[in-house]
Amino acid sequence: MRESSQDDVTSDHIAVDLDSVSIVYQTASGPPYAAVAPTSLTVLDGEFVAIVGPTGCGKSTILNVAAGLIRPAEGVVRLFGEPLAGLNRLAGYLFQQNSLMPWKTAVDNVAISLEVAGTPRGEALIQARQWLTQVGLGSFLDRYPHQLSGGQRKRVGLAQVLIRHPKVLLMDEPFGPLDAQMRQIMGNLLLDLWAADRKAVLFVTHDLEEAIALADRVVIMSAGPEARIIGDHSIDLERPRDASEIRLNARFHDLHRMIWNQLKEEVVMAYHHQVAPKGCA
Amino acid sequence: MPITRSKLLLLQILVAFVVLVIWHMGATVPIAGFYLFPKFFFSTPVDVIRRVVKLFVTGLIWKHLWITLTETVLAFAIGSLSGILIGFWFARKPLVAAVFDPYIKMINALPRVVLAPIFMLWLGLGIWSKVALGVTLVFFIVFFNVYQGVKEVSPVVLANARMLGMNERQLFRHVYWPSALSWMFSSLHTSVGFALVGAVVGEYLGAAAGLGYVIHEAEGTFDVTGVFAGMVVLAAFVLVIDWAVTLIENRLLVWRPETATGGQ
Repeated sequence: MRESSQDDVTSDHIAVDLDSVSIVYQTASGPPYAAVAPTSLTVLDGEFVAIVGPTGCGKSTILNVAAGLIRPAEGVVRLFGEPLAGLNRLAGYLFQQNSLMPWKTAVDNVAISLEVAGTPRGEALIQARQWLTQVGLGSFLDRYPHQLSGGQRKRVGLAQVLIRHPKVLLMDEPFGPLDAQMRQIMGNLLLDLWAADRKAVLFVTHDLEEAIALADRVVIMSAGPEARIIGDHSIDLERPRDASEIRLNARFHDLHRMIWNQLKEEVVMAYHHQVAPKGCA
Repeated sequence: MPITRSKLLLLQILVAFVVLVIWHMGATVPIAGFYLFPKFFFSTPVDVIRRVVKLFVTGLIWKHLWITLTETVLAFAIGSLSGILIGFWFARKPLVAAVFDPYIKMINALPRVVLAPIFMLWLGLGIWSKVALGVTLVFFIVFFNVYQGVKEVSPVVLANARMLGMNERQLFRHVYWPSALSWMFSSLHTSVGFALVGAVVGEYLGAAAGLGYVIHEAEGTFDVTGVFAGMVVLAAFVLVIDWAVTLIENRLLVWRPETATGGQ
């Protein structure tokens, strides 16, 4: 079932709807930089969509638009049918870089997510401890971020985001800085947590294997400037999946070969004109 | 070559011992009829130590120490508080910062000692003219650090906090404030030191009490022993304050990598 037409899906089943969104950066000197050409992308409720593309501005920028951190130059963002104004309050965002507050312990970093929404501190701490235990950090509650490894920090970040039960999960190369084995472990953790309570996920990565192993749909973006979506592939691998074992699956290889052929050209092209402006890694 | 703590301590004491012995010899043993360090100009270590002990035994010094400490603490508190407030204000309001920028630079470029006579004229010879001098020194250090701290909050941490749903007040409390404090505390030693400099220099230039006054008075009567004794007390005083600051710092900045690994 490739690309079932989305006309028969009612709008409230579409969690994230980017409708002809384009993004332009005003550069300090010279002409404005068109990072993303008018692009449309929908993520259904409960769907796991991965965006893959060469390093450049496009992918993370799209994610930031969905988060409400960046305003599109044109186009509309809708969440469950409602146009997005300001920050996306329904979404949890997992950043690529360190985003934990360094002056708070792991448990405080997770509890604050609930506290800012008005949950009493005691209750927030109880839930934060449960979440940290769930991501495997039950014995690291009182560590400060600098006392944790990169993978552990990502786990805290995951707990910090998921404790709020966001309806949409936006992830910007969340496991980028980790080594290959740790990424697979984190991928499995993410799949487990996601399977328990299926949310819409928009997952940006430059790692095609990771994208195929995790997602229901893999979207390919072209190299910037004027990045756009050039491919949209359904991943018909069975769930539950194991992010490391699935790589041995024959169907996985077919999908990988097919998508990689398309992606390859873009990577080469991106390599030839690396003109991405500063500040949109 | 690993150096053990006791060995290091021994070497440190040795340095002090050698310096004191050379000083003492130079002041008491004539070489070809000449003294290397004439007593009139250099006193002797034994006399200085005797004087220090006397200052404490007679209790004469306590009043002066107390005055200097009061001035230092007041200068630090007032300077820090105003530095924090204005630092935050400027960092959050770029227009204000841009307007005042040349004036801040101008006042900061001014050697603060020249302000001492004006403060004395305005505030008299009591402690407040010294406090004011200290405040002008402390304020700028704290101000610049808080300003920097608020401006240099990691954009990712900030974006993350926003995505977690923090409003402006929560951002202030959980992000800007801790970040600014960490910058302020990183300059704590410097700012406490400057508070003390303000107090002592102020006393030196005109006062009726305080360590600066003690040194100035001894100097006025060519009492070199008294000058050196005052300096020794002052140095010890600074060490004690610095030690207290380190204690506070280690308690408040446990989350920072440098301080946390330092005390292994």
